Amino acid sequence: MTDSLTPPDSLQTSLADTTAVAARHGEEFDFNHLLEHLYDSRTLEFPGGHWDIPAFPPVQIGGLTIDLSITKHVFFLLLAAVLLTAAAVTASRRIRKNAVPTGFANLVEVFVVFIRDEIVLTTMGPAGLKYTPFILTTFLYILIMNLLGLVPFGASATGNISVTAGLALVAFVMIQVAAIRAQGLSHYLAHFTGGVAWWLWPIMIPIEILGIFTKAFALCMRLFANMSGGHIVILALLGFIFLAKSIYFAPIPVIFVVAINLLEVLVAFIQAYVFAMLTALFMGLGIPQGEEEHGH
Amino acid sequence: MEATAYAYLAAGFGAGLVILGAAFGIGKLASSAMEASGRQPEVAGAVRTSMIIAAALIEGATFFALAICILLALK
Repeated sequence: MTDSLTPPDSLQTSLADTTAVAARHGEEFDFNHLLEHLYDSRTLEFPGGHWDIPAFPPVQIGGLTIDLSITKHVFFLLLAAVLLTAAAVTASRRIRKNAVPTGFANLVEVFVVFIRDEIVLTTMGPAGLKYTPFILTTFLYILIMNLLGLVPFGASATGNISVTAGLALVAFVMIQVAAIRAQGLSHYLAHFTGGVAWWLWPIMIPIEILGIFTKAFALCMRLFANMSGGHIVILALLGFIFLAKSIYFAPIPVIFVVAINLLEVLVAFIQAYVFAMLTALFMGLGIPQGEEEHGH
Repeated sequence: MEATAYAYLAAGFGAGLVILGAAFGIGKLASSAMEASGRQPEVAGAVRTSMIIAAALIEGATFFALAICILLALK
């Protein structure tokens, strides 16, 4: 193995460990080694080493065997939850003391007012103000998870389809709950017929039922693909350095990677906003605004 | 050719087609947003917000197809 294959010590990351191991085994460079950074794993990496999280045996809950042990993405889920709770509690305490917020409380208030005015009020109207905490939590939680994936040694939990499926499931439940609470159960069920003549119901009802699932599925897929897609592009560009088998080729992909990382920050904000906005929009569709007859 | 080769080929063509559709759609969207902002600069903010939302939705549909291409390429 020539010297240019092993990066200098200052660049030792687990990325280098992967290819060093592969090089020692005489393998050709394989992108799938890099892509393993995207998948969930039982080891947490932080500066200075890594920690194999101990796994406890699967838990039996009523016939289902569920593995509840903590993996990398679960760790980042919990970390984002702790960060969000700490930020929210700190900001609310400061606002309670001093009605005109400054500093950190001011920043949180910007987000809260933005969500309440631009998203909740415009899509759901005054009847939707009681759902503001839910939309706020959705937006901030997804945002923090997206951003955690961009710091070094971080992984975005939203790049895991199970996580986005869980978020979409919660959004799906809340959309139905909002509709049922606003319209009543009988009106909500009548909405499935779509207001067409009775002999079209056998066609209309399955389409409507499918429609409520596709909305949630689209939420799930959009967030997952946006987050993991960005990381795949970054990893692919970094892989070119290993394909070129020379450390002196490195500056060119690294410049592109920096640019794409900046784009990823923008995408993190936009995708969190779109998820929250679409959830609020779908909830608002189920809340009759008063003057609409039977809008669709 | 064996099946894996066809899968890689299909993934490549698929990704190309997907980006054709997405770029065309978002380009049309952006052009009409620019025209609207040019005609009426005071609504530029609202136009920009709607443009970003519509672009995100179009990209969402793109990523469905892209995920299928990735599934093919990772076989």
